[in-house]
Amino acid sequence: MLWEVFVRSRRGLSHVHAGSLHASDAAMALRNARDVYTRRNEGVSIWVVPAAEITASSPDEKEQFFDPAGDKVYRHPTFYELPAEVRHL
Amino acid sequence: MDFDALLAADARIEPRDRMPDGYRRTLIRQIAQHAHSEIIGMQPEGDWITRAPSLRRKAILLAKVQDEAGHGLYLYSAAETLGVDRADLLDLLHSGRQRYSSIFNYPALGWADVGTIGWLVDGAAIVNQVPICRCSYGPYARAMVRICKEESFHQRQGFELLLTLAHGTAGQRAMAQDAVDRWWWPSLMMFGPPDEESPNTAQSMAWGIKRHSNDELRQRFVDMTVPQAEVLGLTLPDRDLSFDGEHWRYGEIDWAEFRAVLRGDGPCNAERIARRRAAHDDGAWVREAADAYAAKGVA
Repeated sequence: MLWEVFVRSRRGLSHVHAGSLHASDAAMALRNARDVYTRRNEGVSIWVVPAAEITASSPDEKEQFFDPAGDKVYRHPTFYELPAEVRHL
Repeated sequence: MDFDALLAADARIEPRDRMPDGYRRTLIRQIAQHAHSEIIGMQPEGDWITRAPSLRRKAILLAKVQDEAGHGLYLYSAAETLGVDRADLLDLLHSGRQRYSSIFNYPALGWADVGTIGWLVDGAAIVNQVPICRCSYGPYARAMVRICKEESFHQRQGFELLLTLAHGTAGQRAMAQDAVDRWWWPSLMMFGPPDEESPNTAQSMAWGIKRHSNDELRQRFVDMTVPQAEVLGLTLPDRDLSFDGEHWRYGEIDWAEFRAVLRGDGPCNAERIARRRAAHDDGAWVREAADAYAAKGVA
């Protein structure tokens, strides 16, 4: 069974995807993830998730899925022109 | 490391760490009230979406109100890492057992209010929220980093809107000044009661939930905002406002008004909660339909 591994590199940071591995149950996945992905103190916490349980967006639908955000430049602070003398904005 | 050692090292506390009950309770209440403020905060400006004067302004306002909904969701999720259920938190809001920021009990009477809310209310929120990016509780701090990043557009669009009105016709200018006159003092109240009447501050600071006192943050906001008002060419409704060489000193805040609004006697308290409850009830069929569809297992 394939598991996806997420590692928190230190307190205060979120878990980030590190890779995947094979294991027959969650406990083994966690133990293997420790041995495979944190041999050099890369982490302080690990999440393992069955790969089959992850629902992912499809690469084929990338355009229709993400394009709606493309033309909304007004969501960015740099869209607004302010006088040069105004500070802390 | 135990809880106290982590705090002493200025390290973050994460969901599975042991933590004192009081720390957990305080965080749940604060994060929930913060989340409530985000979603109630959609109302004063939301009223203006259909009345925005141009398509550009309408798209901007829609994007901003949409962001507030997103901020509410980040925060409810952060609260849920502490072992509470989002539905229960909404119940507490709807039944008046948990509060939201008093500022949203004031009405947005004109179009200039949309600009003023962005400039002053979001400006004050940013001053309040930036230190929470370093809060001792990891999920809250991380949610706040995301929120602060997005909040910057909110404040800038507000300033730009007001600047446009302030350089417009005499009527537009007067509308901008009127809105600033009404929102200035409530914005100062957003930082909470004065330090000597804020009994929980010391504990929250010891826990690393709060990093600065209410009065410190209020002063920081005033110092940043007074020069911005000068750029706008608008005045702030405080005759006692004066620069002492280091800080802009401001006049007496009407704390009786603050307490009245908190008590439920503000201009819009009843309306805000009624609208929130109605939105929740009106949306019940959507939640039920989604659950029914999921139960069929076809997706």
